[in-house]
Amino acid sequence: MNSTGTAVLASAQPPRKLWLDHVQEWLTTVDHKRIGLMYIGYALIFLVVAGVEALLMRIQLSAPDNHFLSPEVFNCMFTMHGTTMVFFVGMPILFGFGNYLVPLMIGARDMAFPRLNAFSFWISAFGGLLLYFSFLGGSGLYGAGSAPDVGWFAYAPLTAKLFSPGHSTDYWTLSILLSGIGSVGTALNLIVTIFTMRCKGMTMTRLPLLCWLYVVTSWLTFLALGPLTAAQIMLCLDRFAGSHFFDVQAGGSAVLWMHFFWIFGHPEVYILVLPAFAFANEIIPVFSRKPIFGYPAMVAASVLIGFISLGVWAHHMFTVGLGPEGNAFFTLATMIVSVPTGIKIFNWLATIWGGKIRFATPMLFSIGFLFQFLIAGLTGIMLSVAPFDWQLGNSYFVVAHFHYVLVGAILYMIFAAFYYWYPKMFGRMLSEKLGKWHFWLFTFGFHLTFDTMHIPGLLGMPRRVFTYPADRGWAMLNQIETVGGFIQAIALLLFVWNMIQSYRTGKEAGPDPWDAWTLEWATSSPPPHYNFAVDPVVHSRRPLWDRKHPESPDTHYE
Amino acid sequence: MSLVSLESASAASAGISSSLTQLRSLAAWASGAPANIFAPQATPAHTIFGLSLLVIAIVTAIFLAVGGLLLYALIRFRSRPGDDAAEPRQIYGSNQVEVLWTVIPVLILVVLFLATIRVISETERARKPANALDVIVLGHQFWWEYRYPKQGFVTANELHIPVSDPKAPRPTYLTMSSVDVDHSFWVPRLAGKMDLIPNKTNVMWLDPQTSGLYLGQCAQYCGMEHAKMLIRVYVDTPEQFAAWVEAQQQPAVNDPRVAAGKEIFLHTACVNCHTVRGTSAHGVFGPDLTHLASRDTIASGVVKNTPANLRQWIEDPDSLKMGSLMPKMNLSPHDLDQITAYMESLR
Repeated sequence: MNSTGTAVLASAQPPRKLWLDHVQEWLTTVDHKRIGLMYIGYALIFLVVAGVEALLMRIQLSAPDNHFLSPEVFNCMFTMHGTTMVFFVGMPILFGFGNYLVPLMIGARDMAFPRLNAFSFWISAFGGLLLYFSFLGGSGLYGAGSAPDVGWFAYAPLTAKLFSPGHSTDYWTLSILLSGIGSVGTALNLIVTIFTMRCKGMTMTRLPLLCWLYVVTSWLTFLALGPLTAAQIMLCLDRFAGSHFFDVQAGGSAVLWMHFFWIFGHPEVYILVLPAFAFANEIIPVFSRKPIFGYPAMVAASVLIGFISLGVWAHHMFTVGLGPEGNAFFTLATMIVSVPTGIKIFNWLATIWGGKIRFATPMLFSIGFLFQFLIAGLTGIMLSVAPFDWQLGNSYFVVAHFHYVLVGAILYMIFAAFYYWYPKMFGRMLSEKLGKWHFWLFTFGFHLTFDTMHIPGLLGMPRRVFTYPADRGWAMLNQIETVGGFIQAIALLLFVWNMIQSYRTGKEAGPDPWDAWTLEWATSSPPPHYNFAVDPVVHSRRPLWDRKHPESPDTHYE
Repeated sequence: MSLVSLESASAASAGISSSLTQLRSLAAWASGAPANIFAPQATPAHTIFGLSLLVIAIVTAIFLAVGGLLLYALIRFRSRPGDDAAEPRQIYGSNQVEVLWTVIPVLILVVLFLATIRVISETERARKPANALDVIVLGHQFWWEYRYPKQGFVTANELHIPVSDPKAPRPTYLTMSSVDVDHSFWVPRLAGKMDLIPNKTNVMWLDPQTSGLYLGQCAQYCGMEHAKMLIRVYVDTPEQFAAWVEAQQQPAVNDPRVAAGKEIFLHTACVNCHTVRGTSAHGVFGPDLTHLASRDTIASGVVKNTPANLRQWIEDPDSLKMGSLMPKMNLSPHDLDQITAYMESLR
């Protein structure tokens, strides 16, 4: 019925449009699906850029006392890599999927505030451009360009005018400020959409888990972006108006910045990882052919993670001299997060248990996620032990740990989400053959790089060094990491090729290629502008299961 | 290691030296790197090592249990080619099981937390013995200043401390701060790291049990040459340490053979930043040079303290450490030779 509606609508449109019309349509759109796709496309471009930055660093570190990059350039590279990946890849790609999926999954026709949605996207996008403009204008247009080189958490007082002359740090501050405005707008939009625009019958206890996770992640965004924005404004005032918040020469505090930054920075990790959990909550059940195990426990665990993650920030500061009480408190708080996180892993395991697992590419990436997130969580427990952190903190062990989270868990679930929802977005399947190549090659490269990366940390290699002496025993390990980095890059190219190729020649997907259960699969692929011709009505958490199995609908069991 | 192997190559015949180098690198690989956190030689590092073994044992057990179950489930419950099209039994959850996998992790965490606060307390609440050695550590972009207040001298980049006798411990207390940006003092085989933060004073202590040289480096990004802000800690026997203190307390030697170099040094901008005790050079921005020649390395551990390296450093600091705050002085070759000779005399 829906597809007929689309056909009618399509035939009513003029047959040919100028390319400029298409551009104009995309630039002015307020459709949540188009904005979602723009978020994703924009994030993918930055993913490639920040990936190239990572490879340049890996080449530099592949041999001791190397001269491939100067210290100045290397320091810009890790600052830009981190800032880009967190603010201009991670957040937009996850907001992109949220934008695209949330209204479809709750049976709505758009987000609550479509114009705010467009505004949020464009201001975030402008933030990204501003950050990269610093390569040209970082020292003023008449000087040489210089990108920010203060690290992605930009500890004071390295960001003071005295130590960071020119404007590169100003570009960094302002771009994050702007993207933060967009993030808060989107967070607000997602919360209001989920709270007020659910279709008939969809109570909060029938809400797909993906949407629950987006509620929590949006609240966290809302709460965490405030301190970050405040800190950026204070830094601007220090740099432009002569205030002394972080000016240690005039009695300001370097530790104040750390608190402000990490009270944003740690929830930020959860802002990024909760959407990855969200994808896993949808994909793992469908490919295990069972409903999610322990839905109420999963919701409770997600909300708990949200709350606890607001109280763990100073575990980034165990070496700052917090004193024994502070160190003990933040050790305990950090350990407690692992309880609800553990509940999630166990529930995914129980979902798989007794199922009939189909190893399609989305599930392969989800399985990679499960193992890698388990390891990342366990190295996280090691780091939560304050005395152990005195050794591990700021070493390559930490770099390996958080890349295990950001790549091994989050990026893997993003890949899974692409393979799972690409057919919905474009009406064509991604190639399974290329997908499997992508998975195995990327997994090989990932483990080569990031398993190995733990070891130099244990052998005393601090992060953010542009080179290292030959006598420390780190050279061979770094070389292996570099090889793994390039293998991942090749796998990523396969993925990009798969997306381009399948857009033209992929198998027709139809509305429901995975035999799935949530509402987005009830409409055509790609969905029409208005999503659903008739407002859906649901009676359980899996409306399509009920429709496919009238003999045993979920309503009997929930 | 490359310097060592180069020297040995020139000393011995090519065949022997190459096998020697191979043996050395093998030995280095087997004995671990010089900054291995799992080869502790002082007390905080020892205590942390013990705790870390407990933590690693626990997380390994969790990994094997959960990972094993996951692997088993994936193999056992895979769909097979001959399967019927029927869906598996739909299971929605179980409160008992949820309670089980909430309570067990909580119990594990209680154990882990109790073990952790014990080590935190042992390290951060340790009583300072009256005979402890005090050293003030100041972080600079990109070098370390060490002040020995009771002994009355200042040195840089190479920290000397006495080995501690377990029967009568004599730990070293480091009182730390920074004159510019954040730094972090990390010598993995001696202790965990502690940050040096401007406007803040932190204290850490070391109780080393074995004499020797321990390597580390700055562990908080501090600007362009963060990577070359290396740390060398010499744990001396009590006799060696006493002799070293005695030597450091002396004013600079005044060797008439290098009087010309001294004159040039005192009449250029060198004195704005550097101190040589016993002369009119009182600068405090750069390292104290009173006993420069007694150090094994220059530029915060970047190169060996040889006349050639020292000359290159004075001629163009950026060639050894780009971004170092020491300016290029544009000295004539003659002046360079003279100043290098003078520096080499400052034993």
